[in-house]
Amino acid sequence: MKKHLLSAADLTREDAELILATTDEMRSLADRPIKKLPALRGRTVVNLFFEDSTRTRISFEAAAKRLSADVINFSAKGSSLSKGESLKDTALTLEAMGCDAVVCRHGASGAPHRLANSGWVRASVVNAGDGTHEHPTQALLDAFTMWRHLGPRNGGTLDGQRIAIVGDVLHSRVARSNALLLHTLGAEVTLVAPPTLLPVGIESWPVETSYDLDGVLPKADAVMMLRVQRERMNGGFFPTPREYSRRYGLDGRRMAALQDHTIVMHPGPMVRGMEITADVADSDRSVIVEQVSNGVAVRMAVLYLLLGGSEPAVGTTSEPATANEGTDA
Amino acid sequence: MTSYLIKGAAILGGEPTDLLIEDGRVVLDPSAVERSRDRGDVEVVDASGLIALPGLVDLHTHLREPGREDAETVLTGTQAAAMGGFTAVHAMANTEPVADTAGVVEQVWRLGREGGYCDVYPVGAVTVGLAGERLAELGAMADSAARVRVFSDDGHCVNDAVLMRRALEYVKAFDGVVAQHAQEPRLTENAQMNEGELSGRLGLAGWPAVAEEAVIARDCLLAAHVGSRLHVCHVSTAGSVEIIRQAKASGWNVTAEVCPHHLLLTDELAATYDPIYKVNPPLRTAADTEALRAALADGTIDIVATDHAPHPLEDKDCEWAAAAFGMLGLETALSVVQETMVDPGLLTWAEVAERMSYAPARIGRVADHGQQLEDGGPANVVLYDPSVRRVVDAGESVSLSRNTPYAGMELPGRVVATFLRGKPTVLDGKLA
Repeated sequence: MKKHLLSAADLTREDAELILATTDEMRSLADRPIKKLPALRGRTVVNLFFEDSTRTRISFEAAAKRLSADVINFSAKGSSLSKGESLKDTALTLEAMGCDAVVCRHGASGAPHRLANSGWVRASVVNAGDGTHEHPTQALLDAFTMWRHLGPRNGGTLDGQRIAIVGDVLHSRVARSNALLLHTLGAEVTLVAPPTLLPVGIESWPVETSYDLDGVLPKADAVMMLRVQRERMNGGFFPTPREYSRRYGLDGRRMAALQDHTIVMHPGPMVRGMEITADVADSDRSVIVEQVSNGVAVRMAVLYLLLGGSEPAVGTTSEPATANEGTDA
Repeated sequence: MTSYLIKGAAILGGEPTDLLIEDGRVVLDPSAVERSRDRGDVEVVDASGLIALPGLVDLHTHLREPGREDAETVLTGTQAAAMGGFTAVHAMANTEPVADTAGVVEQVWRLGREGGYCDVYPVGAVTVGLAGERLAELGAMADSAARVRVFSDDGHCVNDAVLMRRALEYVKAFDGVVAQHAQEPRLTENAQMNEGELSGRLGLAGWPAVAEEAVIARDCLLAAHVGSRLHVCHVSTAGSVEIIRQAKASGWNVTAEVCPHHLLLTDELAATYDPIYKVNPPLRTAADTEALRAALADGTIDIVATDHAPHPLEDKDCEWAAAAFGMLGLETALSVVQETMVDPGLLTWAEVAERMSYAPARIGRVADHGQQLEDGGPANVVLYDPSVRRVVDAGESVSLSRNTPYAGMELPGRVVATFLRGKPTVLDGKLA
């Protein structure tokens, strides 16, 4: 694996499968009375959040703590976009304090990329969501969730599985990272959105696109609904929220068109009644809560592997992890 | 004033010739040149292997003074111009305060005169404060000591069609020209880079070609309708080239410029997220670059203009979206033109003189520059060595700023000497 995790495109299939297998090991910890490993004892992980995201931040925090790392949370509200302290000065401060990994969330696309490649810090950089660019650990936890549900009936892989990602692809870092990672893992991705919410040049992405949700749903093995942000609702991308819901929202009627095994996902936070109705979000098909718990395990795996873990993370005393079939690394 | 005997310079790339620079004039008369060899007061410059060109004229420079003296001053900017072979630059109006009154343009003009490195021709703002709402006092600027003939809200587009029409009409009274920064504002809200496959992948908001082309098309039609002169700043797309080609074919009075960086660099560089490559209009695709080179070669695009845009380090040493638009250009312009146009055989040195000296002086109505190197002509001369190659070192720039996109790149050529009215501003590749 590379030193940093900036884009889902940084991951080869071997890398991704190693992370998924390691995630499965980490996940088994959750069932133990003591949920902590000594793997990163003495290491320092900084959560550098220029954007509010309580869920992602506490997910990384829990992950680092379960690996016994020291965790520093740095909420830098005033980024240089708002004429606060510059990214560079923040980075130099962290470097001076000494840290091994920087988990960076930023409103500007490419900010973690700058952090990793500018020479300001020596630490590994994990992109925890940058602007409208990428969110690779979200894609990993989504892939892990799909793999757990769909893998057992598909030879332990996501090869050929049909994944529909529905909504504001244009502004979604989750869609970008998922499209790249799921393609790497052999899945067939269809992005479903009104034409105004698909980026120019999407023909060159390794995905199919569709404007017709009803046409896509019956063939999908997993359906991931994306949040429609409030500011988009007034941005002229679609006429009204009601029209959006009618054409691209997942409700009980549409859910009935899904295959029996198809799962429903959402990266959160949801706008219930907008892109997904409450009965769908709370249905048996919904794995939305499981996505959150898998998020901690995925981030444990990523931090562990980036910070040099080459030994099995959980150690020999544990029962063999069930996931070693997904990996050949 | 010292006289200079330039020995063996290839004028416009022609046969090696000796020329004398005396009393601010070029002397080519063989007997006068011959007599100068024995005079003790003549400094001899060995110019064998060097090309002599008329002093270059830039129609699009940001000197930042007044207001942003941390980025550039008139003095440092004109020094950079001299190092690049320029003897005249047009200073854009987006200073603080904006150059929208006779007072500000006269101040900038005077600072150029006092520095003595390069003549400065201030560009006047079209609208008060560049706000795009009402015309600035264009006539007062034209009548001032600065004799403004080029008007531009550069950095902003004169988007209101009526205001643009009035500006085009109004400047006819003093033979002015409106230089338009063509950017439809609504199509480019928060835009960061060329809109295309890459902007979608990088998650950077796109600056679509149509936002430039739509305004150019409208302005060409307006200029034709009212019979005025229009100049199009920093043309960056293949589509814009086609619109300008058509306007010229219709006989409309439209001229256009291209920047060196748009001839050489492409949007792929944005994938580094290094804002050194962030510029407005943005770097475009390789196909656009090809079209721009072809258009400069066939004359559809009249001139090269640098859009030299200095920014202090902190405005580039940050995340892409927070960074300022713009890149340095004066010191590297001729090298980039050699690399992209001369070496591939698209332009001769005589045609370079047309596109970087005669034509910009004509468009800007600058009488004292852009003249042929002929006997008795003004001694605005640059000596250029096309045979060397150099790796660009940002630290060597004489500009106050360091935001050159060419740092670390190897480019051909070097300006050896620049003469402004017979006085060297650069000798031996150093400021004189």
